Amino acid sequence: MLIIGEKLSIIAKRVREAMLNKDKGPIQEIAAAQWKAGSGMIDANIGPAEDNGEELMQWMVTTIQEAVPLPVCLDTTNFKAVEAGLIVHNNQWGKPLINSTSNDPERFPMLELAVKHNCQIIGLTVGKGGLPADAEERSAIAAEIMGRAMEYGLPLEDLYLDPLVLQIATSQDHALQVIRAVKMFQEMNEPPMKTVVGLSNVSNGCPKHVRPILNKHYFVMLMNAGLTAAIADANEIAEAMKDKPLIDDVLAGRTIDDAARMTETQKTIDVLTGKTLYAHSYLEM
Amino acid sequence: MALAAPAETYPGKVFEVIIGTEKTAVFGGENVLPFHKFDGSVPNRPVIAYEIQDVAPEDWPDTVKNVYGDAASDPVKWAIFCQNELKAEAIALRLIGTHPDRQDRSAEDAAKTVRAVLDAIEVPLIILGSNHVEKDSAVLVAAANAASGCNCIIGKAQEANYKTIAAAAMAQNHKLIAMSELDINLSKQLGILITQMGFDKEKLITDPMCSALGYGIEYTYSVMERIRLAALAQNDAVMQPPMLADIGMYAWKVKESQAAEADLPQWGSLKERGIAWEVVTAGALLLAGAELLIMRHPESVSAVQKFIDEL
Repeated sequence: MLIIGEKLSIIAKRVREAMLNKDKGPIQEIAAAQWKAGSGMIDANIGPAEDNGEELMQWMVTTIQEAVPLPVCLDTTNFKAVEAGLIVHNNQWGKPLINSTSNDPERFPMLELAVKHNCQIIGLTVGKGGLPADAEERSAIAAEIMGRAMEYGLPLEDLYLDPLVLQIATSQDHALQVIRAVKMFQEMNEPPMKTVVGLSNVSNGCPKHVRPILNKHYFVMLMNAGLTAAIADANEIAEAMKDKPLIDDVLAGRTIDDAARMTETQKTIDVLTGKTLYAHSYLEM
Repeated sequence: MALAAPAETYPGKVFEVIIGTEKTAVFGGENVLPFHKFDGSVPNRPVIAYEIQDVAPEDWPDTVKNVYGDAASDPVKWAIFCQNELKAEAIALRLIGTHPDRQDRSAEDAAKTVRAVLDAIEVPLIILGSNHVEKDSAVLVAAANAASGCNCIIGKAQEANYKTIAAAAMAQNHKLIAMSELDINLSKQLGILITQMGFDKEKLITDPMCSALGYGIEYTYSVMERIRLAALAQNDAVMQPPMLADIGMYAWKVKESQAAEADLPQWGSLKERGIAWEVVTAGALLLAGAELLIMRHPESVSAVQKFIDEL
């Protein structure tokens, strides 16, 4: 399992300020912490970065790679910023990953970049229209992205399919659909297609104390479905791996000794699989 | 060999709610989807309450105002008219005059109106605020106290004001409407929060928020349908209170029930159009699972009663 450390996002205030002031300290500190906790790649999310995207992405890539011997996941919709980042990326520590292409024609050029610079790319299974309704629609879009990748000359092992994790607080049904999609994507090629998710989006909008609990359980369920990579906080993943045997027991229908943990895990699994309706206080019911 | 029709059964059941004292009204109690009598038990018909207000209904279209005429100038007369002339099963008194943008009537005045109406009628009373979050917490507490012992429905408690309103309803042994804005997860959350205060879930009525035909009714329909499925199929106790569809205030505010014939002759009779809008809105939400309806026009109510008879 590849963990792509997610903490370097422009959405976080501390990171945004560091990006603005070109202050390497916080960026390198966060990257190093993610590396130590087990990340095999670092996500650099600079947002749409319409003004100074190229310069900012180059600064991010070099700043991160000065601190940790890892490849970078270039996370922006700005095509030029991605290319600028790829040029300075140190491939000695692994191929960079572009985040992302999709079925939206505006995102097709990202595929060209991946071919040109011999790197990996995430294919987000959404089109220009609305969100995919279920695993089948995600798979249909995945097939189109795979076809386009081959047409452009991208080896399929360099493509990570992303089924798009949605918020459980508003789109509960999708949690299970994403797990099904991860399984279906793998069956679409031999060797199986690689898969990736933005894990923490599942708990976006949920109360702060509930978020790590949902993330942890969802990660274990996705891992069991064969997930290849996750954009996530490596510390949360370490926690999830520690609890995995226990969560697996409950998933298999066994009773575990710790009654409180049993209840928490059972309720969380029921919410993630759609057996009970999600509410912010679902753990208190 | 006789053919046994397969029945769709569920582990869950909607709570049965009884309101009123002298004359009572009962709704809910079914363990199947709306009107699926062939699958299980549907012990009660949906209840339709006539809406009245604490102040004259100046903002209502003439089609409805003409029905009540002078009776609508006084809530007590209006209530008696609904009970005696229209044979209302229940009355919903909306204290709209307490809204700060309307007459800003005080909680004490509202309480007096509630008491006067209760003294004049035998059928159950539903007491509604003006949907102003802060004002309702004062008005509905006073109203709940004034209606002590009358087994009314108090509403609507929302996420921002449920604590005071639920506490008052609990103290005076009333039923309570919990309203959230067209979101099934927030509806469940509000139910959890209210029951965590010690309020009996079997005394709750869920209002997932109504909307009129052509103005988002599909959202209300979908949320209601999913609430009912969670109650029945998932046996989710927080989702098992009966549901309210507050039809009248939505159906009579849309263009189709208000626009003059002179302006839109192609739309046909204004009166028929308005009534049809209220009837179709009500019919759709009954099918989605509503057990308690609040409506305005007697001809709409008769049509919906006939619709229920035939289902």
